[in-house]
Amino acid sequence: MEPCSENVKAVRRSKEEKKLIRKQIKASHILLKHEGISTVSQPTKSLVVANGGLGNGVSREQLQDVLGEVGEVETLVMPPNKPYALVTYRSEVSAQRGHALNGRQLQCGDQIVTLYLSYVNTVDSEMWGCVDLPPGLVLVEEFVSPEEEALLLDAIDWTSHDENVTVQKVLKHRRVKHFGYEFRYDNNNVDKDKPLPGGLPQVCVPVLERCVRDRHTEVMPDQLTVNQYQSGQGIPPHVDTHSAFEDLILSLSLGAKTVMDFRHPEGRSVAVVLPGRSLLVMKGESRYLWTHGITPRKFDLVPACDPKSPAAVTSDLSNHSNLTLSRRGTRTSLTFRKVRRTPCDCGYPSACDSQQPTAPPSPPSLPRSQTDACRLEAEFVHRVYEEIACHFSSTRHSPWPRVCHFLSSLEPGSILADVGCGNGKYLGVNPEVIAVGCDRSSALVQICSERGFQAFVSDALNVPLRSDTCDACISIAVIHHLSTQKRRQAVVEELVRLLRPGGRALIYVWAVEQEYNKQKSKYLKETRQQGPTGDQESKSLTGNATDAHNTAQDLSGIATDAHNTAQDLSGIATDAHNTAQDLSGIATDAHNTAQDLSGIATDAHNTAQDLSGIATDCTKVHREIESPAKLSVHTNRTAFNSQDLLVPWHLKGGGRGGCNQGSGGDEQGEQGSKNTLDPHTEAQAPVPNTAPSQVFHRYYHVFQKGELEELCVRVRGVTIQRSYHDQGNWCVILEKTGDR
Amino acid sequence: MKLLTHNMLTSHVKGVTKGYPLLIKATEVKVSEVEFNPNFVSRMIPKLEWSALVQAADGLGHLQDLPAELVTDYENNEDFLRKVHRVLLEVEVLEGCLQCPESGREFPISRGVPNMLLNEDEA
Repeated sequence: MEPCSENVKAVRRSKEEKKLIRKQIKASHILLKHEGISTVSQPTKSLVVANGGLGNGVSREQLQDVLGEVGEVETLVMPPNKPYALVTYRSEVSAQRGHALNGRQLQCGDQIVTLYLSYVNTVDSEMWGCVDLPPGLVLVEEFVSPEEEALLLDAIDWTSHDENVTVQKVLKHRRVKHFGYEFRYDNNNVDKDKPLPGGLPQVCVPVLERCVRDRHTEVMPDQLTVNQYQSGQGIPPHVDTHSAFEDLILSLSLGAKTVMDFRHPEGRSVAVVLPGRSLLVMKGESRYLWTHGITPRKFDLVPACDPKSPAAVTSDLSNHSNLTLSRRGTRTSLTFRKVRRTPCDCGYPSACDSQQPTAPPSPPSLPRSQTDACRLEAEFVHRVYEEIACHFSSTRHSPWPRVCHFLSSLEPGSILADVGCGNGKYLGVNPEVIAVGCDRSSALVQICSERGFQAFVSDALNVPLRSDTCDACISIAVIHHLSTQKRRQAVVEELVRLLRPGGRALIYVWAVEQEYNKQKSKYLKETRQQGPTGDQESKSLTGNATDAHNTAQDLSGIATDAHNTAQDLSGIATDAHNTAQDLSGIATDAHNTAQDLSGIATDAHNTAQDLSGIATDCTKVHREIESPAKLSVHTNRTAFNSQDLLVPWHLKGGGRGGCNQGSGGDEQGEQGSKNTLDPHTEAQAPVPNTAPSQVFHRYYHVFQKGELEELCVRVRGVTIQRSYHDQGNWCVILEKTGDR
Repeated sequence: MKLLTHNMLTSHVKGVTKGYPLLIKATEVKVSEVEFNPNFVSRMIPKLEWSALVQAADGLGHLQDLPAELVTDYENNEDFLRKVHRVLLEVEVLEGCLQCPESGREFPISRGVPNMLLNEDEA
């Protein structure tokens, strides 16, 4: 018995060792794949420490202690937001002992992190590059004295609620107080005709005079917003509304230091440490184009303190090799701005609300009542289709194959109702059936009529056809235009009413999931086909900020999606798909991430929790968005960041509504999709720069997986025959059972 | 609007229980030739409200001697099928309106297209 159990033990130990080696190898594969860091098998002086990164909650001090146990560390590079570190020992012998730390576990907050170490050839601390401050940004340290700081902080009386003088609000993320003019978070602007009677606090005058004297500004600001952030609080990335304020913005930081993240629309980002008593001057590109925000978290990555120069605070984090975590305290910022009296004419039209061709002045909110819903649909669906009918129709030439398949399956002589028939592209697919169409847009119905189809104008909620008469109904890309769940269900009920028992309805709605079963929908793919130029045009003509995240923010001042949230939070990623890449750029898939790089969580929720202390909960951030639920504006051919949104339509040719055959013809040529699947309802080719483009916004509720089925099962007297995903759409085929 | 479509349409004004058939008040009617397909017409006939078709055709002066009651064995009656074909598919109301028989609400027909949209209080 004895020898036997010994034997088992030995086997078990070697199994664990094998597992460790396996994980180490896996980690090095991941590093190579996502970070371009190649590990080597022969000993060198340098090691990469997978899981030993600031990005997964390991502090410099903690790692330094562990690595220093075995030998003298020459350099320790901890890139921000990455779940690994790079260490170089004085000698190869030390490095070999360091290598033996493989599998070492660290207690980081609530979680245990396992380190995997592999040799690398060189550690180039320059490999992450040096980051300059955004153009136009100036940081003046120690702009006010500690005495002035105390005076200013004292002067801001958070207990008074004298609305005559100031406006004070407790936002979910921070508290704010406005002087001079109230900054309104509902429209991200100021009421320029309604100055607050108190003006700016007297105590600020000497500070502002110094700003003028030191030539940080030429004009005296007339608006002040005071923000107070507790540890863990922040402000979503945003660009101060161009039309609200002049170029120059002064922001005085008091109390604890923090890190402000500046982000260029193209993705570059610079984290700027704002020490207490410093003045941040934003103008030009940094003010107009870059977003700035403070990630709500309790710790910041800051340059590690050098004992030789205690005030070693650099204004950028270019010195990546020397970072550590710093716990945040309470910070108060005084942001001074000058209210703008004329429209902004900055050189950054893509980010400028004054220079938007037809951006909705204020995006609508999600409807709360039936009346709201009717109004929203009238303005952001019915009117828009009426205006864009001709151009829209010219882009809707090829029927979708699977809809055609359904139509072809109908018995000859069947009665077919196409509810929401658009330009009638399905009315003639099967000439053996009796097809009649209806649409809310009389301009589109007119096109049907001109094509010789039978069609009438009607609302999908109230179709003037006899009950129980249709052998088939189709509703293609219609129900997603209804703005409440109740109304969407009512459309399905209306379709079912029209069907005879045994009759079938085919419903298509646009899906949130534009990438399904690892296939990008035609809608998403179209961008690539257009090439970089097309893409650019599309972007610049969208007129909104250059990416989906920013669009939403600039138009409504809110950060909308989980993706963004997580980045804002901590630069730590969010969803199962992206976790690996965003988090760390390391892991291969959600599954592996958690397992192999222990400690890196798989979804936004977990990430936040597991990185205890660094990030707060993503879902919470979502809820804590401070303005009412405004609809965000979608950036064409990108993933959706919300289920309810406005989708821009770039009207071509300058003319509205009226059918100009000439421009329609051009459009088809450019689309280049004649022989392929029509890039679905929503596809639209980028508009060439030559024609002035008018932008319309259509409301959509994009459906999540399972949502359409859920909607249909609530409708009585009908069964779901089939449901499927087709090129970025959710689709069901219903059959009327007859027992209602 | 062809009479085939008219045969399917009904008034949908809120509260109306007898909204069918809609009365046609035509100011412009067009008759244009459409290729005759006896099978198609035969298949359509059982789907129709015959009396509504006859009433509509009569109102437009295009009755074609169609009987008030549907004949039997029409499948092989080419003469009959041609008449039905004409009424259903060749006669078209271009201008005028449709009127709800119960509420009297009129729905305009313009350039051949009935506009059946209701006001908020009618839906």
